Amino acid sequence: MTRLDFPYDERKVRALKAGEAVSIWGMVHTGRDKFHKWFADGKPVGVDFRDGALYHCGPVCVRDGGVWTVRAAGPTTSVRENPYEPAFIAASGVRVVIGKGGMDANTLAAMKRCGCVYVQAVGGAGALYAASVKRVAGVDFLDEFGAAEACWHFEVEDFRGVVAMDSHGNSLFADVAASSGKRISELYSAR
Amino acid sequence: MDMTIVDRIVELVRETSSSLPDDVEGALKRALRREDRGSSAAVVLKTALDNCALARKQGVPLCQDTGTLAFYVDERLRRKVTPATLKKAVAAATARGLLRKNCIDSVTGASYDDNCAEGAPVVHYVSPRSGKPTVTLIMKGGGSENMSRQYSLPDSSIGAGRDLEGVRKCLLDAVQKTQGYGCAPGILGVCIGGDRATGYEVAKEQLLRALGDNAGDPALAKLERRVLKEANSLGIGPMGLGGKTTLLGVKAASRPRVPASFFVTVAYMCWAARRRTIEL
Repeated sequence: MTRLDFPYDERKVRALKAGEAVSIWGMVHTGRDKFHKWFADGKPVGVDFRDGALYHCGPVCVRDGGVWTVRAAGPTTSVRENPYEPAFIAASGVRVVIGKGGMDANTLAAMKRCGCVYVQAVGGAGALYAASVKRVAGVDFLDEFGAAEACWHFEVEDFRGVVAMDSHGNSLFADVAASSGKRISELYSAR
Repeated sequence: MDMTIVDRIVELVRETSSSLPDDVEGALKRALRREDRGSSAAVVLKTALDNCALARKQGVPLCQDTGTLAFYVDERLRRKVTPATLKKAVAAATARGLLRKNCIDSVTGASYDDNCAEGAPVVHYVSPRSGKPTVTLIMKGGGSENMSRQYSLPDSSIGAGRDLEGVRKCLLDAVQKTQGYGCAPGILGVCIGGDRATGYEVAKEQLLRALGDNAGDPALAKLERRVLKEANSLGIGPMGLGGKTTLLGVKAASRPRVPASFFVTVAYMCWAARRRTIEL
């Protein structure tokens, strides 16, 4: 497993290859549907994403004595952000996008152009990812977007995933779709 | 209302939400041993298993999508375990943080903060299955529910005719279309025939069966085994990143149909297949 420490600069990120398991250490910011819409409407996103990580996640966070703790923080499906992500990658300088299910060819092209990767987190592993958040450094848009859609700033340790789309135009999802498509044709013609 | 029963149901919710059934966790462990060391598939399965161990130890939801709650109650318990009893338990479980606020009014978009509304939780009264009366809870998340689908045969897009061979093609197609989504390795609950509504109901009921349970009908049992083996040869793997384990099980049943209709319904369940039964 490759360890990836913040800041996730271009050199480190360009060295990652599709299929490589990574363990992320440092800052990760959540942002999902309302966050992307906000950005697309030309409004300021608040935090600096340069050499940072964006996580498609709607966590369950509870406030206890003024301190936020994270109860569950697994990935949400990324495909909904396809229309916005290429522009966000180019404008923000984000280097790591974390989510579930992969993203489209336009996003893959933006990742290649700008130096960014997509990390597939394990869907369903909400408890483990919550435990990897060592500190909630802050939150933006809590009132505007609600807790599940807000932009949370997490300091994580050993946040595990797999590089599913790299900055060289490779996508595991495309590879698996091609090979499974070939195999299903064989199965269909078998009796 | 019998508060002892309410407490028992709250405990059922806690255990279901925080602890995978033994057969499912066992299947994930066997799957991990089959995958190559250091592969994406092995990393995903190890992460899933570590997550299960942590959630069980802490008694917290293993997945933040605590899903649609569906109770299957032995009809002999109809008077003791009413929808009101179950709502009371679900509201209490939500207040204790065992369930996410996960219930939205489909017209207004407002949240039902206690996860209770008309039709939530879902309650089915079912024919007795065993000696003692039981209550079974199944929690199915939205990511997997979005991957459930229904075919109407013949389906020329996949060359599926009105026979078991056509059914087999539907099931393989459903697995192929779910890749990357639905959190593989999953389980297919299948209903062959019935009307559309019955198809979805019976397909989901098959998800209550243990992974080691084979269909009583030899033809269906054979179909279950064959589709499981063939789907795992697609190489889709855990979370769709490639690997040997795409499905953990296929559970099929059939219902009669009218001559004009031939539906094949697939209820897709993610690896976080949360189901649990208690005797009352």
